[in-house]
Amino acid sequence: MKLSGAQILLECLRQEGVTHIFGYPGGSVLPIYDAIFDCHDIKHILVRHEQGAAHMADGFARSTGKVGVCLATSGPGATNLVTGIATAYMDSIPMVAITGQVRTTAIGKDAFQEADITGITMPITKHNFLVKRVEDLANALAEAFHIARTGRPGPVLVDIPLDVSKNLIEFDVKADYPSLISIPSYRPAGPSGRVPELQIRKAAQLIAEAERPVLYVGGGAVASGAQAEVTALAEKTNILVTTTLLGKGSLDETHPLSIGMLGMHGTAYANHAVNQSDLLIAVGARFDDRVTGNVDKFATGAKVIHIDIDPAEIGKVIQPDVPIVGDVKAILTELLKLVAPRPASDWNDQIMEWKRRFPLIYPDDGQLYAEHAIEKLSALFDHDCIMATDVGQHQMWAAQYFKCRRTRQWITSGGLGTMGFGLPAAIGAAFANPDKRVVCLSGDGSFQMMTQELMTATVYGLPVIALIVNNKSLGMVRQWQEMFYEERYSQVDLQASPDFVKLVEAYGGVGFRARTPDELDEVLQKAKAITDRPVVIDCLIPTSENVYPMIPSGQTVDEMLVKTDLEAAKASVHADGEEWSFSAEEAVLSHYVEAVNAAQQEKAQ
Amino acid sequence: MTNSIMAQLQQEHTITVLVENHPGVLARVAGLFARRGYNIESLAVSVTDRPEVSRMTIVVGGDLRVLEQITKQLNKLVEVLKVVDYSETAAVERELALIKVNSEAKDRAEIMQIVEIFRARIIDMSDKTFIIEVTGSTDKLDKITGLLSGYGIRELVRTGIIAMARGSKTASRAGRDAAE
Ligand SMILES: Cc1ncc(C[n+]2csc(CCOP(=O)(O)OP(=O)(O)O)c2C)c(N)n1
Repeated sequence: MKLSGAQILLECLRQEGVTHIFGYPGGSVLPIYDAIFDCHDIKHILVRHEQGAAHMADGFARSTGKVGVCLATSGPGATNLVTGIATAYMDSIPMVAITGQVRTTAIGKDAFQEADITGITMPITKHNFLVKRVEDLANALAEAFHIARTGRPGPVLVDIPLDVSKNLIEFDVKADYPSLISIPSYRPAGPSGRVPELQIRKAAQLIAEAERPVLYVGGGAVASGAQAEVTALAEKTNILVTTTLLGKGSLDETHPLSIGMLGMHGTAYANHAVNQSDLLIAVGARFDDRVTGNVDKFATGAKVIHIDIDPAEIGKVIQPDVPIVGDVKAILTELLKLVAPRPASDWNDQIMEWKRRFPLIYPDDGQLYAEHAIEKLSALFDHDCIMATDVGQHQMWAAQYFKCRRTRQWITSGGLGTMGFGLPAAIGAAFANPDKRVVCLSGDGSFQMMTQELMTATVYGLPVIALIVNNKSLGMVRQWQEMFYEERYSQVDLQASPDFVKLVEAYGGVGFRARTPDELDEVLQKAKAITDRPVVIDCLIPTSENVYPMIPSGQTVDEMLVKTDLEAAKASVHADGEEWSFSAEEAVLSHYVEAVNAAQQEKAQ
Repeated sequence: MTNSIMAQLQQEHTITVLVENHPGVLARVAGLFARRGYNIESLAVSVTDRPEVSRMTIVVGGDLRVLEQITKQLNKLVEVLKVVDYSETAAVERELALIKVNSEAKDRAEIMQIVEIFRARIIDMSDKTFIIEVTGSTDKLDKITGLLSGYGIRELVRTGIIAMARGSKTASRAGRDAAE
């Protein structure tokens, strides 16, 4: 049968098992939208901004592990996708972005709505294609999906000129869609490939010899679906597990062997543990600068085992003693057979002691804090909701206080740190997980970057709950200005913001406001009962709150800053999710007194 | 320890990159060098005995760690078939230069002597200039350029290095094996 390029595109998407396309129409994708008009098995979601489409495809992918698909027209449509593609690229998220292009004869002539999107996205895609002949379209799409989901996943862009999607050719999907892709120049490691046995044996040996080992687990463990293997390895060896921002959930964060996130805003105990370890087992993690701080002083006493599917990550930042290239799940499975069981040791006790001395804490003074909001939100859905975040202080608080039980429950822009990501990513996740509640933790700044997607949530009846931690400022920037720029607050004031309650109502959703923990409890119950439209909860928190602990950029755990507010410390506090009282835990108080003294001395100097 | 040893080995490396002969592939390779901050000292691109494969010879500056990263990052590009580093291999490296030099009557004999010593050739002459063609190692080309500069070089162009392993070993054969 003769099919147009646009019809072939949809046939190919069907073959790839695509269920949702997040897109926005325009001139050079008119033939594609005409084909979509007749397509009822693949759902097209009309967004309100192409960046929203890219983030939705991303949220869809992060919450399922499947390839997310977005679609935009040439020129401005394509360039609007760019931030979303870069976000996915930095976090190795499988995505196929399809863009229209001006007709092949007009390319290079500065035609109306022409943008060289393959050129623009070259550094932010794993690969991209400009398809110049309809005969090449099916192959390009098959390769695009293959490249996006295999090896270290990533976004792939396919640019389709208008005439290519219009032209008709004889096409039989069974015969003409390549089922087995072989690209001679692309042979990534995979779950079924051979594993480097010798290296794994060496790793097992180092683990047997180590006295102070730590597992440092990143997004690679999530991508390869290795939660069970990480858990089994930790349990068999009693090695405590810290994760990166993207590795959250690789071990249930309520597991006794979990010590939370490490790095700039990681837990003090995770950072102390890594710093004093004699063996660091990096699993699908890339020694990002937000994790290491000053690399030369990072975990100086530790030997390093580095497991990663991307050979280029090995030795990029840190030269490991035992590099192991391959699929995390496959390698951990082998490693598990070789490691000897190891009882919990003094080292485990030491880390637990740090955990007692330096818990995550926030005041319990009747005020509403972001930490409350996060804990209550999580509890509201029995800790089984999917949490998407925006970027800023609220994101770091969420990383500290939202305890993931599993992978793919936590959706956040790590590498690029894209404000505006949260709401559309939550919407994408909601499409993929109709049986789960999806919440979005946002800031008053970030939320205003993608607000228009509330309309998408309303149109499709998605009960996404967006909780805005409203500190009336660009909090994270304000924090840096306070700490490192002598409190010269430049352009961070957001006193002037829309009334978020009215705003969501204008979009057809429901809005609430909470000023105290009790008020929040009340509105959360109401929010939970709403199941057919988006909800926004405007949570008013103090402007002056800072995220602690904090290791300033490029420094070490020795320079870690902790909460220095003695008044707050004296009050009873919430610590690591439990009610604590300071009088009961002298060690903590003495730590605070130390910190306050140090801070005061510094000021006096 | 190993880091500091590696860092000391600052030098130039000649690598050969076999790529799919697709449009845009040069931009991908050049873009990778630019955005990762690697220095290209020279770059030569041509087709090979297989029309679907192009061969790039790139001279890069940096220590061994940088070289390792460059090699790995290049290998990540989907259209790169193979990267061969000639640092450890006996290889022939050649570059060609065309030099347009002033040739006043009084200097001609001297210049022609230099040309002879360097086994170069005069391939064009006018009443005021010669064009000299010379092939050889970078070092040889630097030397003859140095000698000729005394007469006044008007224009100079060099192809950039191309390289090939000595003996029966071939880069393209390896590329083909990988493709099979
Ligand atoms: C698109 C984009 N622009 C700018 C930044 C820089 N930036 C990082 S955090 C931040 C402030 C975020 O403010 P808000 O969303 O209110 O969150 P808060 O820090 O107050 O919790 C800014 C401007 C960014 N990460 N992304």
